[in-house]
Amino acid sequence: MTNTFPIVKTSLPAETPVSTQGGPQQQAKRGRKRDRFADPLFNTVAIGTLLLAILVIIYPMYFIVIASFSEPSEILNGNVWLWPAGFTIEGYTRIFSDSTILQGFANSILYTTVGTAISVATILCAAYALSRKDLYGRTFFMLLFIITMFIDGGLIARYLVVRDLGMLDSIWAVVLPGAVGVWNLIIARAFFENNVPGELRDAAQMDGASDFRFFFSVVLPLSKPLIFLMIMIHLVANWNAFFDALIFLNDENKYPLQLVLRNVLIQSEVTAAGGAGALDSYAAAQRLGELIKYGMIVLSTIPLLIVLPFMQKHFTKGALLGAVKS
Amino acid sequence: MSTESSVKSRPRRPTRSSIDLHTRLRLLARSWQLYVLLLPAVLYILVFKYWPMYGAQIAFRNYNPSDGFAGSPWVGLEHFERFVTSFQFERLLVNTLTLNALGLLIAFPVPIILALIVNQLQSERFKKFTQTVLYSPSFISVVVVVGMIHLLFSPRSGIVNNAIVTFGGDPIFFMGAPEWFRPLYIGSDIWQNAGFSMIVYLAALTAIDPALHEAARVDGANKWQRIRHIDIPGIMPVITILFILAIGNLFNLGFEKVLIMQTDLNLPTSEVIQTYVYKAGLQQAQFSYSAAIGLFNSLINLALLMTFNWVARRAGQSSLW
Repeated sequence: MTNTFPIVKTSLPAETPVSTQGGPQQQAKRGRKRDRFADPLFNTVAIGTLLLAILVIIYPMYFIVIASFSEPSEILNGNVWLWPAGFTIEGYTRIFSDSTILQGFANSILYTTVGTAISVATILCAAYALSRKDLYGRTFFMLLFIITMFIDGGLIARYLVVRDLGMLDSIWAVVLPGAVGVWNLIIARAFFENNVPGELRDAAQMDGASDFRFFFSVVLPLSKPLIFLMIMIHLVANWNAFFDALIFLNDENKYPLQLVLRNVLIQSEVTAAGGAGALDSYAAAQRLGELIKYGMIVLSTIPLLIVLPFMQKHFTKGALLGAVKS
Repeated sequence: MSTESSVKSRPRRPTRSSIDLHTRLRLLARSWQLYVLLLPAVLYILVFKYWPMYGAQIAFRNYNPSDGFAGSPWVGLEHFERFVTSFQFERLLVNTLTLNALGLLIAFPVPIILALIVNQLQSERFKKFTQTVLYSPSFISVVVVVGMIHLLFSPRSGIVNNAIVTFGGDPIFFMGAPEWFRPLYIGSDIWQNAGFSMIVYLAALTAIDPALHEAARVDGANKWQRIRHIDIPGIMPVITILFILAIGNLFNLGFEKVLIMQTDLNLPTSEVIQTYVYKAGLQQAQFSYSAAIGLFNSLINLALLMTFNWVARRAGQSSLW
């Protein structure tokens, strides 16, 4: 570990021994001595803090994974710390035979795909138009969007609007109300402003290309990193969203996975799998319930963990772009 | 953008207006395709942002679905008075303020500290690895995080209580104890979000001129001193802006998470204004009353945002406007 933190040479001459004896000379040196130890002390504190932070973040996730493969009684007795005990995959087999959970997965995949497509298309088109300095009324439109970042109509009015639109209990109530994030719009606009050279448009215009033609054949192919980033942001956000579904959906068959998760994990609702068979005793149902909970956390999070390595480069870039612009 | 605003700011000259109209029509005609591209997003915010804003007026009316937003009978501040004088008012206000103020005070500095440390790392690979690990929880859904809390802190089989019992303590029913709600909420918030917030500060830190650090090193400044005298002043504008924004969101942050972290037992500390709006409005259908409470909440928010922005500007720090 130490060679990941090369100590700054000027501050730590290796050959000066640390004197432990007192005396006036020692007192005079105290100022320098403190300096000499400052950087190594910093490095120790820094590595210590980071290792602790990494442990605190990774261990709970790791524990959930091993617990999902462990016999619940072993967890109860405190035997599961580093490795699964009493290996079982019963939780997973039950999850895959539970129609509610599978329906939740299917709904989430549908909502996430449709929602992401709508959001990304809308944002890219609008952001490009807003990035054009020759768009008449550009400031006005920008203001129209930015105001909504600071003022909103509130939960109740939002609910009533969606209800008046007749969208309750439909996919549109999940997919539309949060479709365009102003923040993402600003990020996308900044990208177009910085990455689409004006000369290119002049050239295209001279060749007689329309704005549509230019946007679809030149701008979009030039903006692959942005498109990728936008898709990723919305995939994650849509997959994890639950609140709109909670307030706008009543029909349990339309629940996305996150709502099913909420019922199973937090409200400990007994699912079909958990309570299967009248012969199951209460204890057996509870045992299965635990297994299903751990397993569902793993299964619902895996799609994101698969995506994470692909997105991290773009994601940090996007976060920075947004930050710089603000 | 600048030419356009200068045109707008000179409407008094009589000759300009006719030219303006002409130019305007020409510009509109030439770039109609751009407006087509813009249209879906504008429709979206009109329907899903501005229409609800218009609908917020039901806070001053007795909302009646058949009369619509503007047609319902006007009652003025009746709903506000009812809320302010209701017996829950004080508890809701105290809970909301305590949870969010504590959350801000404790959670806000964490990403800054992490960024300052990570920024000092010399090994690029370790730096990358640390960043990835630290922000990975922000991809986990709130539902799953709360579910994890339930499992890990469960009194019967939770690993935390297992550890407590191993060390000779008595198991604690964390999710059922009002006094544990705030620590769990704030702690899990840091766990989930600190790493991601860190990225913004890291970006600000990389923007600091390396020559400053070089010079300070030559002068014999150690890492603590360089952080204190170069890094922190360097990212102070970003810190101020993010702090003001956090203040502006003080009453909004994480309400969805509060809602799903609530159990019947921890309600004395976990009931906040917005969860109350949700229950009164959507579960009991008291639309106007809860809209009034929501509006009250937003007004406090806006007032806080403007106050702190004003303070920051007076103090010579960067501000939002």
